[in-house]
Amino acid sequence: MREQILKIIERNSRVDIKELAVIMGAPEIDVANELKKMEEEGVICGYHTLIDWEKTSIEKVTALIEVRVTPQRGQGFDSIAERIYKYPEVNSVYLISGGFDLLVTLEGKSLKEVSNFVSDKLSTLDSVLSTATHFILKKYKDHGTILAKKPEDERMKVTP
Amino acid sequence: MRDFLAKQVVDLKPSGIRKFFDIVSEMDDVVSLGVGEPDFDTPWHIRDEGIYSLEKGRTFYTSNSGLKELRVEICNYLKRKCKVEYDPLHEVIITVGGSEAIDIGLRAVINPGVGEEVLIPQPSYVSYEPCAILAGAKPVVINLKEENEFRLTAEELRDAITDKTKVLVLPFPNNPTGAIMERKDLEAIAEVIIEHDLLVMSDEIYSELSYNGEHVSIASLPGMKERTILINGFSKAFAMTGWRLGYACGPKEILEQMTKIHQFAIMCAPTTSQYAAVEALKNGDEDVAEMREAYNQRRRYLVHTFKEMGLKCFEPYGAFYIFPSIQEFGLTSDEFATRLLMEEKVAVVPGTAFGDCGEGFLRISYAYSLEDLKIAIERLKRFIEKLRAEKK
Repeated sequence: MREQILKIIERNSRVDIKELAVIMGAPEIDVANELKKMEEEGVICGYHTLIDWEKTSIEKVTALIEVRVTPQRGQGFDSIAERIYKYPEVNSVYLISGGFDLLVTLEGKSLKEVSNFVSDKLSTLDSVLSTATHFILKKYKDHGTILAKKPEDERMKVTP
Repeated sequence: MRDFLAKQVVDLKPSGIRKFFDIVSEMDDVVSLGVGEPDFDTPWHIRDEGIYSLEKGRTFYTSNSGLKELRVEICNYLKRKCKVEYDPLHEVIITVGGSEAIDIGLRAVINPGVGEEVLIPQPSYVSYEPCAILAGAKPVVINLKEENEFRLTAEELRDAITDKTKVLVLPFPNNPTGAIMERKDLEAIAEVIIEHDLLVMSDEIYSELSYNGEHVSIASLPGMKERTILINGFSKAFAMTGWRLGYACGPKEILEQMTKIHQFAIMCAPTTSQYAAVEALKNGDEDVAEMREAYNQRRRYLVHTFKEMGLKCFEPYGAFYIFPSIQEFGLTSDEFATRLLMEEKVAVVPGTAFGDCGEGFLRISYAYSLEDLKIAIERLKRFIEKLRAEKK
């Protein structure tokens, strides 16, 4: 049941509990309880909205920053990651394998704001060895959703 | 000038769907629930394999019965899913959709013009009757009943059998009703089939879209494989309608004759599609499961919503159709569907397009996203409330 709920709400977090119960063929009360449990356990961490900011008049710049750091004794990467993710302009922080250690995504109002953050705050942290900043030029697909216009249904309207 | 046309063909009734298609194509903003094919695109890895085969220049004929690799995969698949074992060398043919298999299967076994009878349970897909006629058989319709959830009962079968009966077409999971035949239902009719020494043409094109346990193939029952032509294909399970690829399996003697007709009329099924289909069978199980789950969610939504609307309907366990009764409104299926189209711009198919006994029913397809279904159902609801108010 858990997996089924998660699969559905991962795509559509706005589905109401009644409808969720109907399409799953499960009692409403069970679905509600399971959802609540998953929220409490932190399996469900939030309900966000996927926004294509390009289509609004609000200016936003997103950057991916590769960060190489020196891990600290006894704490590994956790404490430096924490230093970074506490900045509100930081969207996500991942520890990754490969040529660098942390991948940070950042949102700012302008190119300048983002570069200032990198040069003033991020690069000056003691354990940060180097950074490489990539600005995102265009988003094609995000969170499994294609942002381009939905193609029309090309099937013939009535077929046997 | 002479009349060049063949009487047999001229006399064929055009499909009842045609009329609706013509009206709908002329209208704007129609929300359609009338489509008989999946709304999903073919999964990308399958399309990719088709593209790759073109890139590699695999643009030649395959053998008449199809790529051996594909026939082997089909046999593995049927063994895994339906528990029937076929010999890929002699008991499988790849066809241009399930439709071709229906046609050549009937032509391979019917002696034309001597009154051999083909039993066709209806409501069912529009091709069986014309194909039987063109093969020179006499089609005999068995009218299925809503009270049996449109399953074929042993009694109905027995009542339709004469000493001329040769073939039974078995179209389950069913288009348009969504009915299925469970093991117990199949066992009951298998007894009659064996007793009267009939051949079964089992059209299992919707087998992957079964929502109440695993699909059971009649060919897997004892004594049935040797008297069954099993038809299946890629259109519904893998969302591959446009690729035109199906297959038939059965006794070697029958397949040999089918292959002859196929060889002279078709040559071979499209090569690109065959390569893509190999990939579908090798790595497509997860896609099928995912699509089935999506259909099932929509199915549950419609069953629930119709119940709320007070629209009488048995619960369908197969395909992607639901077949509600509209008898309470005192309109024919055709009148209901026409008014629904004109007044609310929702296209559905009248049950009568699939046989006279479809009168009083509508075929509603749920090969649409939940969001689209909701819009259409909202309109249907409004229409029904209007009809109920009119009646008062």
